[in-house]
Amino acid sequence: MKKRKSPSITKRESKTLYLTTEEEKILNRESGEAAATAMRLLVTMGEIFDADRLIPIISAQISGISYKTIGDAGLEFIQDFSRLGAKTSVYASMNPAGMDLDHWKEIGIPEDFAINQKKIISALNEIGVKSTCTCTPYLLERIPNYGDHLAWAESSAVIYANSVLGAMTNREGGPIALASAIIGKTPLYGFHIKNNRRPTLSIDVQCELKNELDFSLLGFYIGKKASEEIPFINLPTNLINNTCLKALGAAMATSGGQAIYHIKDITPESKDFKEDKLKEKITVERYELNKTKESLSQELDPDIVFIGCPHCNIEEIEEISKISRETRLVRKLYVCTSRHVWKTANSKGYIDEIEKAGGRVVKDTCMVVTPLERMGISRVLTNSSKAANYLPTLCKSKVYLRDLKGCMKYAIDGN
Amino acid sequence: MRSMEIEIKGRGLIHGIAEGEALVTSQPISFLGGVDPKTGLIIEKGHELEGSNISKKILIFPHGKGSTVGSYTLFAMAKNGTKPAGIINHKTEPIIAAGCAIAKIPLIDNLEIDPIKQIDNGDFVIINSSEGLIKFNKKET
Repeated sequence: MKKRKSPSITKRESKTLYLTTEEEKILNRESGEAAATAMRLLVTMGEIFDADRLIPIISAQISGISYKTIGDAGLEFIQDFSRLGAKTSVYASMNPAGMDLDHWKEIGIPEDFAINQKKIISALNEIGVKSTCTCTPYLLERIPNYGDHLAWAESSAVIYANSVLGAMTNREGGPIALASAIIGKTPLYGFHIKNNRRPTLSIDVQCELKNELDFSLLGFYIGKKASEEIPFINLPTNLINNTCLKALGAAMATSGGQAIYHIKDITPESKDFKEDKLKEKITVERYELNKTKESLSQELDPDIVFIGCPHCNIEEIEEISKISRETRLVRKLYVCTSRHVWKTANSKGYIDEIEKAGGRVVKDTCMVVTPLERMGISRVLTNSSKAANYLPTLCKSKVYLRDLKGCMKYAIDGN
Repeated sequence: MRSMEIEIKGRGLIHGIAEGEALVTSQPISFLGGVDPKTGLIIEKGHELEGSNISKKILIFPHGKGSTVGSYTLFAMAKNGTKPAGIINHKTEPIIAAGCAIAKIPLIDNLEIDPIKQIDNGDFVIINSSEGLIKFNKKET
């Protein structure tokens, strides 16, 4: 071990990362092996990104939950970490699992998969991570406030928290977010610093965006066209609600590296920055959205309709239930949401309406992290360009894109 | 005759001392799907190290790529006894850094020279990331 001086703050080698005495003690295993590993992870990130200190966070969102994604390697790490006594020190929620934790048999999940999935969840529960199993932690009871520092993994949640809520988080990976949940801190760099949240590119949208799919396509186009930029978007539309913003950001963070966007007069930080200072401007018309759609979607005869990437909010479930009411679906319909939103929807009777029509509301999971290829599903109709991007590679499925109403029409009349 | 020992400074990230034969590539490595944690073999199709075994080697590559879940692959390699002895990157990123942190693999980057150009497969390399330096011997020919 290196000798360190012990004033209240110690400088580490030639770096600029300062740790408090308390943090140094954790790093030197005085709070156990698990906390030391977590601290080592955060210190390493801090050094890579030239952070000068660690700052407290309000919450952490952990990704890498599905057994399909992390496999035996991830399972073993989480189990070992739990055995070594890792405990969260702030509120920590988790991404979707590979199945509905209560009703996995009914949706055709293989038993060996279910067993391993449950091991991951229980090890995380031991550590203190709540079984929220959603990619939309901003729809849970604890909604972050403007200016709150977070350590969130899950790119669609990160971009929503930064852009729509004005909270501050980097795009964390699964293990780092878990380390932050344990220590309750994150290194101060990137989007935790106001100046790094400044827009760098102006996007002028010249066509009307009619539905959530249009927002999703716009997001995908921006991410692909300008992966490293922070967009400042001008939108000529009255249709801006949280569902559309959720779709926009999820798609942008899928095709691009974005962790934040601003929309003029809409998102909370847009007023802090002047767009006329931006060097470059991109104009988006209907043509660009159509081209984006063509690149992700092909006309085919889907064997399932999937809505809920990111997880449906209560408004979407309400709309699906209204369309389903007193109909008989002729195609399979999977609606994915969090168990939190599911409870509210159930108490309002929405789940009953959808399931009476023959649809299924699945919680805790989403198609992308489910072993679809082992369930005989290969052609999917969805309204999410994020799902359309991942389904072909992760699930070997072909994808057809329509807006929510178009998806529901297909579920009802097969056309 | 003993070959010349060269000492180079860098940025030590995961501290420790490691030594072994160099395995060098100019291509980024994806640990999730690109490396088999059971054997230590690089299995990414078309990678210039495809079929090479990284176990116990000083692995030298620019940086990681792909899923952040790749960190867990390095951890699995540590448990299976197939992990590389040490890693040298041009400029490392969170996937490799987190992986080395949980797998306890000494990691150093930002060297004063380009390790990919200056170090060859089979050269004997010592990483002392605690002191922020590496030493290497050119293989005798």
